[in-house]
Amino acid sequence: MVNLTVNGKAQTYDGDPDMPLLWYVRDDLRLTGTRFGCGAGLCGACTVHVNGQAVRSCQTKMSTLAGKTVLTIDALATNGTLHRVQKAWVTHNVPQCGYCQSGQIMSAAALLKTTPYPTDADIDRAMAGNICRCGTYQRIRAAIHTAAKERA
Amino acid sequence: MFIENISLNRRQFLGGVLSTGAFVVASRLAPEELFAQAPAGAAIFNTKADTAALHPSVYLGIEPDGTVFIVTHRSEMGTGIRTSLPLVAADELDATWNRVRIEQGVGDPRYGDQNTDGSRSIRDFYDAFRVAGASARSMLISAAATQMNVPAAELTTANHEVVHAKSGKKLGYGALVAAAAKLPVPKAADLKFKPKTAWKFVGKERPIYDLNNIATGKAEFGLDVYRDGMVFASIEHPPVLGGTIKSLDDKDALTVKGVSQTVTLDTIKPPVQFQALGGVAVIGNSTWSVMQGRKKLKIDWNDGPHASFTSDPFKAAMLEKVKQPAKACRNLGNVDAEFGKGGKVFESVYYTPMAAHASMEPPAAVAEFKNGKAEIWCPTQNPQAVQDTVSAALGIDKKNVVCHVTLLGGGFGRKSKPDYAAEAALLARKLGKPVKVVWTREDDIHHDFYHAAAAVYHKAVVDAKGKPTAWLHRSVFQPIGSTFGAPGPLPFELDLGLNDVAYDIANIRAENAGADAHVRIGWFRAVTNNFHAFAQHCFVDELAHAAGRDSLEFMLDMLGPGKVIDLKAQGVDYSNYGADIAKYPVDSRRMRKVLEVAGEKSNWGKRKPGNGWGIGIAAHRSFNTYVASVVEVEIDAQGRVRIPRIDQVADPGVVINPDRARSQFEGGAVMGAGLAMFGEITAANGRIQQNNFDGFRVARMNDAPVQVNVHFVESGNLPTGVGEPGMPPVIAALANAIYAATGKRIREMPFSKTKLA
Repeated sequence: MVNLTVNGKAQTYDGDPDMPLLWYVRDDLRLTGTRFGCGAGLCGACTVHVNGQAVRSCQTKMSTLAGKTVLTIDALATNGTLHRVQKAWVTHNVPQCGYCQSGQIMSAAALLKTTPYPTDADIDRAMAGNICRCGTYQRIRAAIHTAAKERA
Repeated sequence: MFIENISLNRRQFLGGVLSTGAFVVASRLAPEELFAQAPAGAAIFNTKADTAALHPSVYLGIEPDGTVFIVTHRSEMGTGIRTSLPLVAADELDATWNRVRIEQGVGDPRYGDQNTDGSRSIRDFYDAFRVAGASARSMLISAAATQMNVPAAELTTANHEVVHAKSGKKLGYGALVAAAAKLPVPKAADLKFKPKTAWKFVGKERPIYDLNNIATGKAEFGLDVYRDGMVFASIEHPPVLGGTIKSLDDKDALTVKGVSQTVTLDTIKPPVQFQALGGVAVIGNSTWSVMQGRKKLKIDWNDGPHASFTSDPFKAAMLEKVKQPAKACRNLGNVDAEFGKGGKVFESVYYTPMAAHASMEPPAAVAEFKNGKAEIWCPTQNPQAVQDTVSAALGIDKKNVVCHVTLLGGGFGRKSKPDYAAEAALLARKLGKPVKVVWTREDDIHHDFYHAAAAVYHKAVVDAKGKPTAWLHRSVFQPIGSTFGAPGPLPFELDLGLNDVAYDIANIRAENAGADAHVRIGWFRAVTNNFHAFAQHCFVDELAHAAGRDSLEFMLDMLGPGKVIDLKAQGVDYSNYGADIAKYPVDSRRMRKVLEVAGEKSNWGKRKPGNGWGIGIAAHRSFNTYVASVVEVEIDAQGRVRIPRIDQVADPGVVINPDRARSQFEGGAVMGAGLAMFGEITAANGRIQQNNFDGFRVARMNDAPVQVNVHFVESGNLPTGVGEPGMPPVIAALANAIYAATGKRIREMPFSKTKLA
């Protein structure tokens, strides 16, 4: 039995303790904004926040989540107001197909918590785990800088 | 890809394949009758445009509240087409954009071709969507003329209203719908279109329709479809194409909680087309349970003949074969006679390995089967191919297959081939309940329709200035034709950068020799252009350096003053990406122009290469679009390549949504550079050796080009492709830049295999 909080709601899980968080949020909670890309922690499409930190949900076993707080892209906007990272994504028309962007946005939001004004090198380091096959990287970098400025 | 361009002899050969409906040979262009009202009751599935009070076109309908429904029948995989085609119709209609609702069309031949591939959605449907918008506008004006009792000629439209300037009267579109619906739909030939100066949407920046849904995670991709009572399936496919099951032990798999059963699917029989591969499906109540169950299957396989396929000897054989004379597919002048005269001769061989599409969303499909009818939800570039493939797999009529198209998490050609939809349909019928088939990333890498491996040979004899007087160009590659049972490449495969070399040389011969495929081969973004362009434009760069001339100046000289190239006179029945050659000729003047502009925009020639910095250039026509790429590289002491800047100069004719067109050339630069640097799929004993993004590397943020600048040449020509043409010249320009920086000529992809330190 695992008690956890997902997007502000208390949840109880009593299935396979080895099941990754990714399939819990998608198949059980039907929070489908978190994407399946590789199942091996290599692409970042499944990135969510656990206790505020960016993690790959495909590599996060349910057994490790007792008492933890999970935030997915589905609840990153609060009361209909986009998070500043989401706003910046819209401003820069970042997405092409859009599939990886949930993970990109969650990684970027976590980066700005620890590094409010990231340099290009900081961004490269923090975002290297998130693949975009459409190749939107330069817009992602620009959007992160824009989101960083918005706090100021 | 434009399979409809199969020449007569090939068409005869492929007659059997084509008649099975394995791939769509429906009209490329929207037929004339589509411009008119859709026949009642003919629809496989009614859209809101169909059922709207006023529906002058299959693509457009208007309700009395003024809501405009526009159907996009082409698939959205990141190009923005789902927004761009409706923009064309909405502009002609003079609609207010926020009153437009976009609907995704199901697979249905009444829309015309739906194979979203070959960078031709705008080229082929620009007119049809203009007609849809202009028809509705014309009918609304006629209705307003009657209601206002004024001549129609005195009426104009703006912002969802018909306006009578003289009297100041205005009527909203919604209020006119009921009366307009009683009028006949005007003939397309009688319509008046807006002049370019009056365009409100076309040529202007506009965010994509799905932008907010993507940013908030609400966008629905194939994997996001859940149906009541649905079960999940994960399929262990034969590791070697065509392999069969020797023995299966599923006892342990069935002990996994949530797993209910296994289902054996018949092994694919050639020609593979888009059929299900076969294998063992593990069925259960969640994605995780079926993935776990699958790991516990014990299967012994009979691998079959393709177990002989191992990349190293295969490559060695191709490199040998490409040096041998082969069948000519283009002949200008007399190459042999010119070579016979002697002179300075250059030869080179280039090689590219296989590559995988690796779209971020792996293949996935949901299917239901009820009362003899199949309903499919999936990310597909070609819903009519889903209909064809599922109807063939189930032995039911195509009309009994409804294919709903979700957003696609990338496509790049992979999702034109709906084997995964066939799997879901077969399982749904067998199990009597909705089934979601989920491919893992490993499945995707192991069982792709791969970008072909290729060897490309060039030979040229040059004059005193180093310019060729004879040019021989020969390629050998695993043909896409093999997927459809053809003995060699389909004609279009030779028309992408081999037959259409645009140089001003008196003697040109192109040749091609086939290679066995052993795996499924398919079209990958820009297709055979990638390796033809890589070899061609690097070989030209080699000639420039050998002559001690500037690469850009030399490339312009190679094109001569520029002209329309008459390929027909040179024995080429050129397929021209499915476009009319009279309207979309091969015009080396346009190639010159993009090169010249690239020189200006990139500051070509301003900085001397060396000390770990280099710059390279290449220009290529593909998908009827002309593109020049200039790539800068920095190479550090360890030999690591950084790409600080790429300039892409394109002439794709009229640009509908400039921001989205730019994004395609940005992405093309990233994918081209990534493929060139890292892209490699290999096989050993018929099994693919890469598994996931660790083995098959794609560009990440830290190794992608840092800055891609995109410039459009405003030629005023008809709109042509933007999705694919940004890739091929980047690959060659990158290799040329590395040569400029290091003096090392890379003739093999992936470039990361060549030590540069």
